[in-house]
Amino acid sequence: MLFELSEVGLTRGDRRVLDSLSATIPAGATAIVGPSGAGKSTLLRLLNRLVDPDAGTVAYRSRPLAEYEPLALRREVSLVPQLPALLEGTVESNLAYAAGLAGKELDPGRCLRLAGLDPDFAGRDVAKLSVGEQQRATLARALAQEPAVLLLDEPTSALDHAARDAIEATLAKLRRELEISIVLVSHDPEQARRLGDWVVKLELGRAIEAGPIEEVMA
Amino acid sequence: MTSIHLSPGQVAASLALVVLAAAISFWQKADLERDIGIATVRSFVQLTAIGYAIKLIFEADTLWLVFALLAVMVVFGALTARSRAKKVPGAFWPLLIALALAGATTLGLVVALGVFEPTARYLVPVGGMVIGNAMTASAVALNRLGDEMAESRPKIEATLALGATAQEAAAPFVRRALRSGMITLVDSTKTTGLIFFPGTMVGMLLAGASPTDAVRLQLILLYALLGSVAIAGLVATALAYRNFFTPAQQLREPGA
Repeated sequence: MLFELSEVGLTRGDRRVLDSLSATIPAGATAIVGPSGAGKSTLLRLLNRLVDPDAGTVAYRSRPLAEYEPLALRREVSLVPQLPALLEGTVESNLAYAAGLAGKELDPGRCLRLAGLDPDFAGRDVAKLSVGEQQRATLARALAQEPAVLLLDEPTSALDHAARDAIEATLAKLRRELEISIVLVSHDPEQARRLGDWVVKLELGRAIEAGPIEEVMA
Repeated sequence: MTSIHLSPGQVAASLALVVLAAAISFWQKADLERDIGIATVRSFVQLTAIGYAIKLIFEADTLWLVFALLAVMVVFGALTARSRAKKVPGAFWPLLIALALAGATTLGLVVALGVFEPTARYLVPVGGMVIGNAMTASAVALNRLGDEMAESRPKIEATLALGATAQEAAAPFVRRALRSGMITLVDSTKTTGLIFFPGTMVGMLLAGASPTDAVRLQLILLYALLGSVAIAGLVATALAYRNFFTPAQQLREPGA
């Protein structure tokens, strides 16, 4: 198993965000679905230790996450946030920053192509990109770290249909071309069906169902 | 230097300007009459009290009393600055350390370089100016840091998600905060002598000092203040940004 969550609990203020959540996430493509406020994004942030649970355990490749050094883990399990949050500068400077943190050689053209952007975007100022382009540049930045796992938080929520289809095609291509696992948060069951092989359904901070997509979403 | 003597009557006469200020506020409905009254009473009480305290310290002429007075200024400075940095968790200690270091380094350097003698007559007024300016600069810097960190949470977390350290993720915001803390004094130093005459120089000229001496002392103080403001801003921001993160390089929840 890629991730195993056991009796995970997390409280923020008075709110129980995750409540005795237990689930497994295998290698491949997993979709985390559920209504707003179900705890999907929080679950994703747990997986690369942007937050730690108050209770229970999360294991990555059978080893508790708490034993991983957070910075090294985040370079291997890379999270792409829901809204693009690039640093000031050019697309290439963002890619170089991420590659530098992970100690990887940067091939900007390859990263941009994988994310569905023309290599000419390298020199563009991120402030002048559309939201869809920024989302792809954020994905390219994550790919510059050559991660083993990509965590994607609603990667198409800010996009129109055409841009959404393009990102989905890009993700499908990534799966084919790279040995990379994807954990994707989506509020759209159809998108989960299109992109996932495995699904975890959340409700009120609990995993109410998990399994192969064709069985759970039948 | 000759000194001037002012009678209580002369001080009382200057209250005419306070009455004028209150009248303008009343006439223009600026609603500041009460604040002007409070400011006048407080300035009178506080300055009179500190005047007597300084008189005692000058007469005793022991460095321990000087350090005690400066330590009180540092603590009150940190408490005052903390009220301006409400969005920064645990801001008191960074501010206290920043003000203490700014005061100690600046005064230590000016004494070590032979600019001033290590006596109460120099250390008390210069220390007060240094700590006061350091307080303002670090309060502005931390106020800005709090705003920046609150507004930029998604960007900071996205940078942490790439495996950046808290220091790397916060660096652009720490830089901007430090800049805002320093910029006021840098700008006023640029225009000094052109647009305004700084207080020390005015005071010395009024007290009968030669313009050359007044200018030299003012320059020394301006340069000392630049140094203290930079030290205070740097130390306050460099310590305070850490309070936004956990040891596992995670962004703390607001209010946590």
